[in-house]
Amino acid sequence: MASVMRGTPLVRGQASGEALVGREPLSFWGGYDYHSGEIIDPHHHLFGKVASGRILAMPYTRGSSTTTAVLLESVRAGTAPAAILTTGVDSFFALASIVAEEMYGKGIPVVALQPGDFEALQDGQWIDVGPDGVITVGAGRIDR
Amino acid sequence: MTLELSKFDRSNLSGARGPAPRMAMSIIVRMAEVLEAQRLMDISQAHIDSTIYLGEAGLEFAERLAGYQATVSVPTTLNVSAVDENGWQEWAVPGEWAEKARRQMIAYQSMGCIPTWTCAPYQTDHAPTFGQQIAWGESNAIVFANSVIGARTERYPDLMDICAAITGRVPAVGLHLTENRAGNVSIRLVDIPESLQMDDSFYPVLGHLLGTAAGDGIPVIEGFLVKPAEDQLKALGAAAASSGNVALFHIVGITPEAPTREAAFQGRAPERTIEVTLPGLRTARQELTTAEGDELDLVVLGSPHFSLAEFKNLAPLLQGERRHPRVEFLVTTSRAMAALARKADLLEAFEAFGGRLTLDTCILASPMLPPEIRRLMTNSAKYAYYAPGLLKTQIVFGSTQDCVRSAVAGRVVRDESKWLV
Repeated sequence: MASVMRGTPLVRGQASGEALVGREPLSFWGGYDYHSGEIIDPHHHLFGKVASGRILAMPYTRGSSTTTAVLLESVRAGTAPAAILTTGVDSFFALASIVAEEMYGKGIPVVALQPGDFEALQDGQWIDVGPDGVITVGAGRIDR
Repeated sequence: MTLELSKFDRSNLSGARGPAPRMAMSIIVRMAEVLEAQRLMDISQAHIDSTIYLGEAGLEFAERLAGYQATVSVPTTLNVSAVDENGWQEWAVPGEWAEKARRQMIAYQSMGCIPTWTCAPYQTDHAPTFGQQIAWGESNAIVFANSVIGARTERYPDLMDICAAITGRVPAVGLHLTENRAGNVSIRLVDIPESLQMDDSFYPVLGHLLGTAAGDGIPVIEGFLVKPAEDQLKALGAAAASSGNVALFHIVGITPEAPTREAAFQGRAPERTIEVTLPGLRTARQELTTAEGDELDLVVLGSPHFSLAEFKNLAPLLQGERRHPRVEFLVTTSRAMAALARKADLLEAFEAFGGRLTLDTCILASPMLPPEIRRLMTNSAKYAYYAPGLLKTQIVFGSTQDCVRSAVAGRVVRDESKWLV
């Protein structure tokens, strides 16, 4: 059964994909390999997971200022998440997407969720991100 | 809520002042909307972290702005590049990488930036002053400027820093505003011996713990028995901005916005209190080491970039010693700081020891380490935090003295005595 959440669209856009849910913040510099879309920070619980094409839920960014540059590289390389869901306003994710629109005419949707909604997300759920920040969460996939 | 723009902002945005101000201002305005700013404000200095070549997109961004004849409108320093222009051939840097990293350097220099090439711009002649509104990138520089100097910057990400430098304008939000600079997490040092507080390795370990515990809060630290040196505060901030998101901390009686506890919290009550104990610090120290055993390939110091004072403190430890032939001993710093150290006769003992310098970049920003270097030792929590993910190397954290002793012995040697009671 699908549920619907209303988030704040920081960068508008539409995307669909399987959720990859981070519970802790991540620095993309030292944390995200833009060649592969893999999460490479051994301190992070998503270490080894590939976020490329997924709907990446990440509460916020941590650490390095270079996170935005890594995300921009991944948009150009086609290894970025399909969309990013955060709690609260994370300017780093939004900036990378805004610059990607300026440079390449394509960004990725970034939507801020209420903390309660964010916590309810689970790995493997099918998620549709609407242009106005409406998130539709479907059932989990069983073939994982 | 609508964003108020000045006549100057609107002329930038319309393209009337050229394509670079248009591109920079449109990014600033969209970010102001994301951040729900009501207005933009002036900054009088910038530090650009976008200098680090990572791949094609960052280079295309820099060269697009440079191609638009962009110029910065405020004094602007440059962070590390991704290549040591004169020394990269001694290491494993691919030629194509060096060429592209150089192009990125040239692009930012062409915009009128000051070629400082350092992640410690606060230790140059271009350091900001108390209360100055600035737009800085580089997480360790941001936390130092805010906390130790009392200048005011948000956490500026790569690509936005240069937009702020070109327009001289930023959204009036966050740490630019007095009310957002109050501490909200109380950190109390409980029974931490003075002898440990005097040791240089205490600061990165405390910072690592702080970043993990405080997240994106503003910690207020109490319980210092000593007055930390500038480089110790630098190490603390760099660590807290690696393991966490700390952009400002206060130390009561030491940092400029914390003459009293009351001032540090701006009269408010802390949201939570964290007690820092010796066992907690020991755990944090252990987290900074991923290697097992005592094998060692490289000792590396200088993240953030080594200062003149650090060269001074290092010199007597090296006197009359020589590194083990199997272990490289590397210090990363800026060309300006190396020149100062040379002038102060601090590099003779360093070179006699077998030490090598890498300038204007670091092991994390430049792919310089050959694959046979797998086990690193450092006194830097920032190197210790990022090396395993970025370089796929194992790392040992130790004090500066531990690092020198280990380089001499050819294997990891750590003095545990200060960490025990």
